[in-house]
Amino acid sequence: MAAAATTSDPRVYIGRAILGGMAHVGRVSMLVVEIFRGLKEVRIWVPRAFDEAWNIGVGSLFIVLLVSAFAGGVTAYQAGYQFTGSLPYYVVGTLVVESIVLELGPVLVGLILAGRIGARYAAELGTMRVTEQIDALESLGRSPASHLIIPRVVAGLIMIPVLVVFADIVGVGAGLWAAKQVLPLTNADFTYGAQYFWHPFDAYYSLIKAFFFAAAITIIPCYMGFTTGQGAEGVGRSTTGAVVSSSVIILLLDVVLAKVLLNS
Amino acid sequence: MIELRGVKKKFGEQVILDGVDFVVQDGETVALLGPSGTGKSVLLKHIIGLIKPDAGKVMVDGLHVARLKRKELAQLRYKIGYVFQNGALFDSDNVFENVRLGISDEAKYADADYSRERVAQVIKLVNLPADVINKYPSELSGGMRKRVGIARAIVGEPKYLLYDEPTSGLDPVNSDIIDGLVERLADELGVTGIMVTHDVRGAFRVADRLALLSGGKIIMQGTQEEFLASENPKVKEFLERDFETPSNAAA
Repeated sequence: MAAAATTSDPRVYIGRAILGGMAHVGRVSMLVVEIFRGLKEVRIWVPRAFDEAWNIGVGSLFIVLLVSAFAGGVTAYQAGYQFTGSLPYYVVGTLVVESIVLELGPVLVGLILAGRIGARYAAELGTMRVTEQIDALESLGRSPASHLIIPRVVAGLIMIPVLVVFADIVGVGAGLWAAKQVLPLTNADFTYGAQYFWHPFDAYYSLIKAFFFAAAITIIPCYMGFTTGQGAEGVGRSTTGAVVSSSVIILLLDVVLAKVLLNS
Repeated sequence: MIELRGVKKKFGEQVILDGVDFVVQDGETVALLGPSGTGKSVLLKHIIGLIKPDAGKVMVDGLHVARLKRKELAQLRYKIGYVFQNGALFDSDNVFENVRLGISDEAKYADADYSRERVAQVIKLVNLPADVINKYPSELSGGMRKRVGIARAIVGEPKYLLYDEPTSGLDPVNSDIIDGLVERLADELGVTGIMVTHDVRGAFRVADRLALLSGGKIIMQGTQEEFLASENPKVKEFLERDFETPSNAAA
């Protein structure tokens, strides 16, 4: 007779991890269904979405622009260091624009907002869960999705791509400025390089990535906050879990979207 | 009528409710007694469908709560006002918005004049000053938060009121005010009430009938006189323990 699996058997842990992961996927899917169901309650979520959009947009603008400016500047400096004497200067324009628009803009903004917005959403909803505010909303016959989740998700889906556009513009601008500090490069050289390998799809690709990242930054923390366990420890765990999970999902989405949209 | 038959609930390996049978007739106020952690709040949350039983059934007005569809459950919840232990007020909304959310009729909720008038009416009913509507929950005392919670529960004119430890954490003076309010609402609004509490003195004042939850079961139901005359050792232990508390000794 085959020996029964014991708790020290690695298969038990792997099985539990798989089941736990599937349960999370199932519950996130249910939350997404709730979001679609709640969309018809426009009167409830639209005013709240405006407030959230303002919080995300204005509240995150400074850090987003700061990070993208530094990313653009450093990319230009490194390009100047590596290519001097071996490649034409206009290549710096190509490198800065393509790096910022295709990768650094959306990913850096995504990771920063996963911390800034994701942590806030998970902590807010987690606190509402442990103080029974979400139960109270349900007890009044109202949908927590249309009051709490949809405004946050919709605001993120609109504002995060807008922030990425700002980040792309400022990152490229900072790259141009930095390149001109270390290389005998003119605006025309930079523009020539930028246009040489430019495809209009690159801009769409940046926005598509931003949109997918926005979904991860909003839906996952809302889910983590919504399913928070008991007490302050539960809120802390949800908040940490929200930031880590949404960051990992952003990196995974980055790979998948690059493969699907650029290499298929 | 609220009716629980053979309701069982476990959280993990911990058995909370182990076959609860409990009936509340229309118009009566029942105090559900029991020590902390015996599942009184869990039982209350079954009635409003916030928790589903593992076994047994919870019926409200003949409707099987766990089997209701989303819209049916929302309709049922409009008939039930739930007063949460710590108020559970929405801390980002002021008192007016908190109470207004309890207006179940969408047309009335959207009517600004009706909302303003109705909220002012219930704020007065729970003995709060009119200017409290512009304050946020963080600016209120514990007793005021509980009263705002009660105002939110009654603003939609429910048939049933479920109170989850309405006096916990309050000093004796505020506890008396809340007990008096529960009593007055039962008389003036004619609602059917269940009050979860471990405060026997308050329960005796407010309730028509009492029930004691212990070990996951309702071990006794009856009037105040029947409880005081009971020879059940668990009932006697619970009553004696409560009457020995400092607040009751002082009273």
